[in-house]
Amino acid sequence: MVETTRAVAEVFRQESGRIMATLIRQLGDFDLAEEAMQEALAVALERWPRDGVPANPAAWITTAARRKAIDHVRRDRVRATKYDALAQEAGRGPDEDAMLDDLTTNRLQDDRLRLIFTCCHPALNLEARVVLALRTLGGLTTPEIARAFLVPEATMAQRLVRAKRKIRDAAIPYRVPPDGELPERLSGVLAVLYLIFNEGYAATAGEGLLRQSLCAEAIRLGRVLRELMPDEPEVLGLLGLMLLQDSRRDARTGGDGALVVLDEQDRGRWDAAAIREGVALAEQALRMRRPGPYQLQAAIAAVHAEAASPDETDWAEIAALYGVLGRLAPSSIVSLNRAVAVAMADGCGAGLALMTELDEPLADYHLYHAARADLLRRLGRDAEAITAYERALELTTNPAERAYLARRLREVRVAP
Amino acid sequence: MKYLLLLFDDEQAWSTRPAEDQSAMMAGHEAFGRDLHAVGAYVAGEALQPVATATTIRVSDGKALVSDGPFAETKEQLGGFYMIDVADLDEALKWGSRVAEFNGGSVEVRPVWEFA
Repeated sequence: MVETTRAVAEVFRQESGRIMATLIRQLGDFDLAEEAMQEALAVALERWPRDGVPANPAAWITTAARRKAIDHVRRDRVRATKYDALAQEAGRGPDEDAMLDDLTTNRLQDDRLRLIFTCCHPALNLEARVVLALRTLGGLTTPEIARAFLVPEATMAQRLVRAKRKIRDAAIPYRVPPDGELPERLSGVLAVLYLIFNEGYAATAGEGLLRQSLCAEAIRLGRVLRELMPDEPEVLGLLGLMLLQDSRRDARTGGDGALVVLDEQDRGRWDAAAIREGVALAEQALRMRRPGPYQLQAAIAAVHAEAASPDETDWAEIAALYGVLGRLAPSSIVSLNRAVAVAMADGCGAGLALMTELDEPLADYHLYHAARADLLRRLGRDAEAITAYERALELTTNPAERAYLARRLREVRVAP
Repeated sequence: MKYLLLLFDDEQAWSTRPAEDQSAMMAGHEAFGRDLHAVGAYVAGEALQPVATATTIRVSDGKALVSDGPFAETKEQLGGFYMIDVADLDEALKWGSRVAEFNGGSVEVRPVWEFA
């Protein structure tokens, strides 16, 4: 019995995204699909211990869920006319074979892709996209998502209800966008995945494992997307970027929970397998010769990851990559990162010169002042460094970052 | 599925636009209406007179009170609308984006309740 319960739970976690995608296409309704799947799982819990676990559990559940949905529809007279065609189709007899076919052909791939684009539709607000993606495509339950995002369960449930209602009432279609709209819509999908990843990455050890598991979930969704859209270099780029960032997770915080900056991390604690995969993805993406922001960020992360020690980092390469990124997606933050890389490659003076023009746009950005302070300190301009560290501290709230800046400030203050 | 495209823009800005801009916008609306008709998506569409001509009625204690002015004072005002009949939100957004491009301002896309 326990064994079977575990089998059902396993199917749910592994397959719910696929099953939901197919059910939503067939039923045209999120809620109906979800309700039907829950009921089908209940039937599975009752029957599988008696009859054994079927050969294709996902197909079994989809078929059972569809039957449940048809029952609902028949009972609901208002809906009856709307779903007449569906009921008639089902009335023709056993459709397990067709369903099995459906689940094993390319159609399944299309279903999941359609669902991804629907969940990340720009007509939904960002919070709604995140919860829909995690709930319908990932295997996370609503309480799990609520805990991961540190909001009350009722709030998260409400967001989900509102999002599903808007999809239904405003008729957001289940469709992969046509080629002309694809680049923009795809970048919207990637932004949702990266946001989920960063929520998890920003979590500190004390905040609990569930929050950190968002990284794993984002990477898992990234793999699904790569499988579905293997020819999109930005998809490969984002997956590579997430893997490379995640590879440093263990080395990023010290025993006391304090932030350990990149050049002070124990590189032996970096995840070598994740780095290998991330670097390969970045290279594969760039070979497609359609560069994009995620690919370039992955390439930059790859250069860091491949340096055996901070001194061996190819800063000239990193500066060049930031240069390309800045032309492709101009931003003051990218310019700041390029200035830091130039400082490492050509000397602190060169980097500092590039930062001058950022003084206004980044006046309230703590990392601008922190980076500038580091260069001033290295140049021995202690008085200016102290002012910059103090400004950075004023603007920083993250405790780990504050601790790092305070330590640097003490060092400059006691310097001879 | 029917959608209402609500066209909002700044009335003041409109009057100060050069004549050729204004005629380009009118031409945009003519072509837009023609294209909606051509695919059978047109239900209705009108331009509204400025908010200075608006009168608002509110009910208080069961009595209708009439007052001068629009329902809400906003930076952008409702200046016109189209009612279209299309397959889904993506199509409605495509039409809406097109109006926004030649009309300027903002376009709110609202699905219409369908009572079966």
